[in-house]
This record gives sequence, structure tokens and C-alpha cells, in this order.
Amino acid sequence: MNVFKLDRRYFPILVTVALFIVMFAAGSIEYNGFFSLQVFLNLLIDNAFLLITAVGMTFVIITGGIDLSVGSMIAFTTMLSATLVQNHHWSPWVVIPFVLLVGSFFGWSMGCLIQYFKLQPFIVTLAGMFLARGLCYLISIESITIDNEWYKTVSQTKVYLFGKNYISISVIIALVVVAAAIYIAHFTKFGRNVYALGGSEQSSLLMGLPVARTKVLVYTLSGFCSSLAGVVFTFYMLSGYGLHAVGMELDTIAAVVIGGTLLTGGTGYVVGTIFGVLIQGIIQTLIMFQGTLSSWWTKIAIGMLLFLFILLQKVFISRKKKSGAAA
Amino acid sequence: MKNKLFWPLVTLAVLLLANLIHNHDFFSITIQDGHLFGSLIDILNRAAPLVLISIGMTFVIATKGIDLSVGSVVSITGAMACLIISKGDGSSMSVLFTALGISLLLALAAGAWNGLLVSLLGIQPIVATLILMVAGRGVAQLITDGQILTISSKPYSFIGAGYLFGLPFSIYIIAFFFIIASVLTRKTAVGLFIESVGTNPTASRLAGIRSGLIIFIVYVLCSFLSGISGFILSSNVSSADGNNAGLWYELDAILAVVIGGNSLNGGRFYLSGTIVGALIIQTLTTSIYSMGVPPEVTLVVKSVVVLVVCLIQSEAFGSVFAARRRKRDKAAKQGVSA
Repeated sequence: MNVFKLDRRYFPILVTVALFIVMFAAGSIEYNGFFSLQVFLNLLIDNAFLLITAVGMTFVIITGGIDLSVGSMIAFTTMLSATLVQNHHWSPWVVIPFVLLVGSFFGWSMGCLIQYFKLQPFIVTLAGMFLARGLCYLISIESITIDNEWYKTVSQTKVYLFGKNYISISVIIALVVVAAAIYIAHFTKFGRNVYALGGSEQSSLLMGLPVARTKVLVYTLSGFCSSLAGVVFTFYMLSGYGLHAVGMELDTIAAVVIGGTLLTGGTGYVVGTIFGVLIQGIIQTLIMFQGTLSSWWTKIAIGMLLFLFILLQKVFISRKKKSGAAA
Repeated sequence: MKNKLFWPLVTLAVLLLANLIHNHDFFSITIQDGHLFGSLIDILNRAAPLVLISIGMTFVIATKGIDLSVGSVVSITGAMACLIISKGDGSSMSVLFTALGISLLLALAAGAWNGLLVSLLGIQPIVATLILMVAGRGVAQLITDGQILTISSKPYSFIGAGYLFGLPFSIYIIAFFFIIASVLTRKTAVGLFIESVGTNPTASRLAGIRSGLIIFIVYVLCSFLSGISGFILSSNVSSADGNNAGLWYELDAILAVVIGGNSLNGGRFYLSGTIVGALIIQTLTTSIYSMGVPPEVTLVVKSVVVLVVCLIQSEAFGSVFAARRRKRDKAAKQGVSA
């Protein structure tokens, strides 16, 4: 019985992983050159920033909240980094901690508004989204290109694994973030509190858990993750621009949902989110390999996948409720 | 009602006054070629698409829902209408009505999809409509083949750029739908049904209201109105852009509803408040343009406005200050006694 129960908790993740393997296999059978380690590594290279953002979002969604400001936060971080490096000639070693601090502070402020003024996360982070995009344009309307040597070096460094296959420094950052997130979620008090808060805020309060602190910290974490994603995105694009990462918040939410995190809160795994991101990446890669399909099919495919997974969640929840009532 | 409309109206008045101080001709309306011209007319005209969507959004929010897909529906209907017109004879009325009819059917289908997900499957509205928000833009780009479709059709461009009796035609459209919506919700029981479903769907169902049906209808209605805004927007510029048409409209519409004094928690709704909210947003945008502030600042201003309005509405905000005042009074008293 116990084994069976454990299995069912992992069910949404298993579906995601299986789907990823099926898609990868289908691509490998259909297209020449698809089945290679480098294609897989490219998924990580091209989606490192999405992965970092999605990790932060996973925590927010597990508490039952949502953060719509992540895409704008990425754009703002690229813009801030670019202007500080290019126009004010700050050292990258000062710029990066500074932008991370700004992102965390941004998240912290939104968390405070949500917690202490009982505003809906949806509307507060919506305002945050407007604000961050607007601030980008206050810095500059044009795109700012970065020609700082250090940024260029980091951006072009290839870390070779197993012969000719390589990853970028961004991927290493993303993997470190994922490892840290798994540790935080499953082996720290904060992680337990996050799950408890998502399960039931009322019960967590009655149990004496630090609900207020946890909630504010979750949004701070998401702000930190999105600004770190912004730093990685700066490496990727080598420029700052107010129109970078438009619509990223939806990609991020989709990745988290496809990764098996329930939008009602309380259930979800960082590992699932990795596969959610990879599935989005593989859809893009498949469409690229296919050649004739246009880029907008990505949006339609992600929409359909989102629908299927939400449906799956629904079935999952209603079964759980039924079995809970029976027991 | 008086209470709820007070702040939105004050905000609008302050905005208009600020404009008047900056530009003394702001309220003047002149007649050119038999058409009325002036900043006020311009604001009304430009606010038309937003007003329509916001009316639909008000109903959705009154049922405790939200519809994120309105912007995508705007781009889908605009794209479809332009596609059909570009294939046929631009000046023929039958082509025009076929285009409008088919596009509206698409909008209704989009609304039915949202409505079914929310009412039948019980998916959270934010998530259910998120699907169409993401996929809808893809569909719109599919229709226009990723291009910006430009058409030349006199009858179609009349919808968004034409004049009737000296006033822009779009103003008549919003007036028409506003009157229908007000009559429907205030003179029949429909408004009451929507409010009761928003307050407590289970209780409403037990009281004999078909909650599921009401929720379904509300989403269909919202998509329908977004579809019509799609016509206004695309006919105004005689082109359809799957990527950018109606971008950010979902946010502006939600903003208009919230500024208008409606609670995101559902229940009572104020259509007139929503209209004022939409006008506030448009006035804000217009004044930012006319005062020579870089238009990009609009986003910052909007975000500050949302936060301030939400804070004023939130009970916690009021109680925090009340508590602090009480504390201060208490401290002052103790200081006196000590």
C-alpha cells in the first residue's frame, strides 16, 4: 500500500519524463543527427535562463501563488547590467552582485505587499511586471550592446565534456541552482514550510509555522532567480534590451505545470520542472529540425501540452480526493 | 454605489484637470469636414476597444474568474476578418458580413473553450485562459501566416475609423453594447445571477441558479466583446498583426475593472465604474503623450496606479494604519500620564 502511494505521488513527473523520452526518441528516429549528446546539451544551453527562472517559480507555485514579473525582471536585469557595464564602466564583479541584490529586493517588496496587505499575488506581480518593463525603458529605449571583454569571455567559453560535446558557463550556473533548489526544497526547514504553506495556509498558521516569513522569502527567492536568469540571459545575448524575454512568464509557468507541479499548491518537484523546461526546448528543436513548420507552431504546441497536463492534474486531484474520502 | 464610483471619478477629474492646466485647449472641440475633433473625442475613440473588453471582463471578474485570453482573441478575430476580406472584393458588403460572421464565430468558439474549461472541468480561470492566451497568438499568426496583413476595404475600415453624425463610429459601438449590457444586467435577473455565482457558486446552485451555465455564458460574452474590439482595432489601421494586435489588453482590461472599484474576489460589479476605469487608463496614456513625457513611462505609471488602487481597496492596508494610529494615540496618552 505504501509503495503504491509513493508511486502515485510521482505519477505526474513520471508522465513528464516519459513524454520527454518519447519526444527525444521520435526526433531521433525521424531526423538524422538528432540523436546526439550535443543536441541534448544544446537544450540546456539554450534554455539555461528558463530553467533558473522556472526553479524560482516552482517554489512560488508550490505555495499556491504566482509570479508574473519574471520575464520583465530578466529584461530589467539585462538592461541594468548593460548600462552599468557599458555606460558607467563598473566592473562585472560589482555589477552581478548588485543586479542580484536589486532582483531580490524587488521580489522581497512584492512578497511584503502580498503578505502584509493581503493583496492577490496575481495583481501585485502584474504591477511588478509593468514596473520592471517600464524601468527598462527609463534606462534606455534602444538596445545596449555589451562589448566588455569579461562578459564576452564568459559568453563564449565552452566547457568540454566527453570529447567534443560542450556546455556553457550558464548551464553550470543553472545546474548549481537546480542542485541548491533540490536541497532547499527537501532538506531544509524552509523547504518543509513552503510545502506546508501550499498544502494549507490556515493549518500552517495554526501549527505555528512562520507563514509570513516563508511567503515573503519565496517571492524574494523568485526575484533572485529571475535576476540570476537575467545575468545568464545577458551572457547569452550580450546586450540589454527592454523587449528581451517578452512572454517569458508564461513559458515559465507552462514549464512548471508540465513538470507536474499542481497550481493549487502543495505538490511539486524541482526535478519535474527540469523536464518541463526540457520538453519546451525539445518542441522548439523538433520544429527546427522539421524545417517547414513555422515558429508559431511552438506556441500552439505548448498551449496544447499545457491543456493536457492541466487535465491530467485535474484527474489526479479528483482521484486523490475520492480515495481520501474513502479512507 | 456612490461610494464605489467616487474615487474613480475623482481620479478621472484630476487627470482631466491636469491636462487642462497643461494645455488650455484640452476641452475644446472643433468641427472639421463635418466631424467633431478634440482631445476628449480622441480619448473616447481610442478607449473604445478597451471599454468593450473591460465590459466583458467585468462580468468574468464578477463571477470570481479572470480571462487572460482577451488579447489573443482580439488578434484572432482581427486576423480572420482581414484574411477573408483580402481574399474577396474589399468593397462588397456580403464579403464584409461573411468576414465579420466567421470571425465572431471564432471568438464565440474561443469563449466556449474557456467557459467549458472553467465551468465543466473546474480548472482555475487564470490557468484555463492562460492556455488560449499562449496558443491563441500562435493561431493568429497561423491565420496571417506570420505576416502583417494589410487590406484596403472601405466598408471594413468604417468600423474603426469611420464617422457617423460627426462622431467616430466606434463611440456608437461602445454606447450600444454598454446600454445592452446595463439593461441586461440591471433590468433582468441576469446581473443578480452573476453576482450570486461570484459570491458563492455552491449556494447559488442550491438556490436553483445554474452556476455552471452562468459561468460558461460569461466567458463566451467576454470573448464575443473582445472579438468586436478586434474588428475596431484592426479596421482602424486596416491591417492585422497576429503578434502585436491586442498585446497587453488583458492587463489593461483587468486594470480598468479594478480601478473601476470592482473587487477581484467577485460578487458585486459596477459597469459604470469599469467604463470610468477604462477612460482613466486611456486619459493617462493620452496625457502622457500630450505632455511630452516619453510614452514608455506609461508602464511605470500604470504599475504605480494599480498598486495604489489595490492598496486603497485592501482592508489590511486600512487596518494597519488604523492600528498604528491607535498605537500612537495610546503612546501619546501614556506619555501624558507618565
